[in-house]
Amino acid sequence: MNYHWNWHIFFEPNPTGAGTYLDMLLSGLALTIKTALLAWIIALIVGSVIGVLRTLPSKIASWIGFAYVEFFRNMPLLVQLFLWFFVLPELLPRAAGLWLKQLPNAPFWTTAIGVGLFMAARVAVQLAAGIASLPRGQKMAATALGLTTLQTYRYVLLPMAFRIIMPPLTSEFLNTIKNTAVAITIGLIELTGEARAMQEFSFQVFEAFTAATVMYLLINIVVVIGMRFLERSVAIPGYITGK
Amino acid sequence: MFSNLDFDVIRRSLGFLFLDGMTFTLTLTGLAALGGLIFGTMIALMRLSSYRLLGRIAGLYVDFMRSLPLVLVIFWFYFLVPYIGQWLTGSSRPIRVGAFASSLITFIMFEAAYFSEIMRAGIQSISKGQPAAASALGLTYAQSMRYVVLPQAFRNMLPVLLTQTIVLFQDTSLVYVLSIPDFLGAASTVAQRDGRLVEMYLFAALVYFTISCFASFGVRRLQARIAIVR
Repeated sequence: MNYHWNWHIFFEPNPTGAGTYLDMLLSGLALTIKTALLAWIIALIVGSVIGVLRTLPSKIASWIGFAYVEFFRNMPLLVQLFLWFFVLPELLPRAAGLWLKQLPNAPFWTTAIGVGLFMAARVAVQLAAGIASLPRGQKMAATALGLTTLQTYRYVLLPMAFRIIMPPLTSEFLNTIKNTAVAITIGLIELTGEARAMQEFSFQVFEAFTAATVMYLLINIVVVIGMRFLERSVAIPGYITGK
Repeated sequence: MFSNLDFDVIRRSLGFLFLDGMTFTLTLTGLAALGGLIFGTMIALMRLSSYRLLGRIAGLYVDFMRSLPLVLVIFWFYFLVPYIGQWLTGSSRPIRVGAFASSLITFIMFEAAYFSEIMRAGIQSISKGQPAAASALGLTYAQSMRYVVLPQAFRNMLPVLLTQTIVLFQDTSLVYVLSIPDFLGAASTVAQRDGRLVEMYLFAALVYFTISCFASFGVRRLQARIAIVR
């Protein structure tokens, strides 16, 4: 292989004039984490609502849940980001569209919300499955105790369901982090974007991508270990994962 | 709100969108699914083999691929494949690899990690008596896999494999980052040439949505039909 390796490239100043190439990648890493966290919060909140809707006895509620999931699951994430970024501002009333377009950090907000809503569909499916996996008696007992539907979910079903679906939620969180890389297409320079930029400036393709790869692996390891601790501390006694 | 939109641009570019773009997307999806399935099955067999080292290597490969974003993997292979080709053919400079070949290799390698997990679950769902009976009949390991275990595992996992293929179909849109004219790339080219972003992206979204919806409906029907009553 006649590729010219140069691992010192990370400590050479980058062309933006602010620090080294390593600083560039680290700022990309920070942006990836920031975007992924915001997207994950959105996904959890929206996904919980949709997931609960899917399990309600009301026909309309479960139809809304079904429609949401089908809508967001049957389109590529990339196309969804394009819809939010390019199409939505044009379809809104003029003033609102203009405001959206002039928003500072528009790619960041678009990605966080776009990826968040996309992942919400998957969280919803997991949560609905988690709720469905609970024994019927739990809901019946809650009703017999005189709890309202809201209370039943708040105090009985959701605390159980969330703990049961902890492992799939971990992998959905990892997916959220990975999916933020799609944002490179709407101009968000996160970790993959910075690696690509570094490759274009320095021509050190493989060093740049190796560094990004290592950083993604590190994020994964940290998340997996963190979630394992969380899983253990909230495990339900008496279940397989419990103490 | 739709007053200054020109939906005729879609009709005018239909040929380019479907004959060039969609053909590329569907061919890539089909070949990558096939390649991913074959390669993924091999990885699954490695993971389940009694040789610890093989299992470790396969496991590392799967974990590695699954922790990286697809976009990064696409970039990796786009730059790496010419060098691998040079190494394989022993030529003096990195070989030129076309857009299609490069993305096909990427998707086969990437999807193999996901297909292998599905096939592993499928193989593990076969009861122990099956391979035991096969070896009692005098079948070799290869024969028992080929004629007994894999056909059943494949059948059990067919709906999941097809669902993963729908995901793959949507994921192929990411070759956009290499400016390759797949369906989305074609739509985007027209959109930017004619300044018709709204119309083209709405149409692309509608097409992806319709195809995925019909495909997943079909998978659900199939699942109901082929479910084995035990």
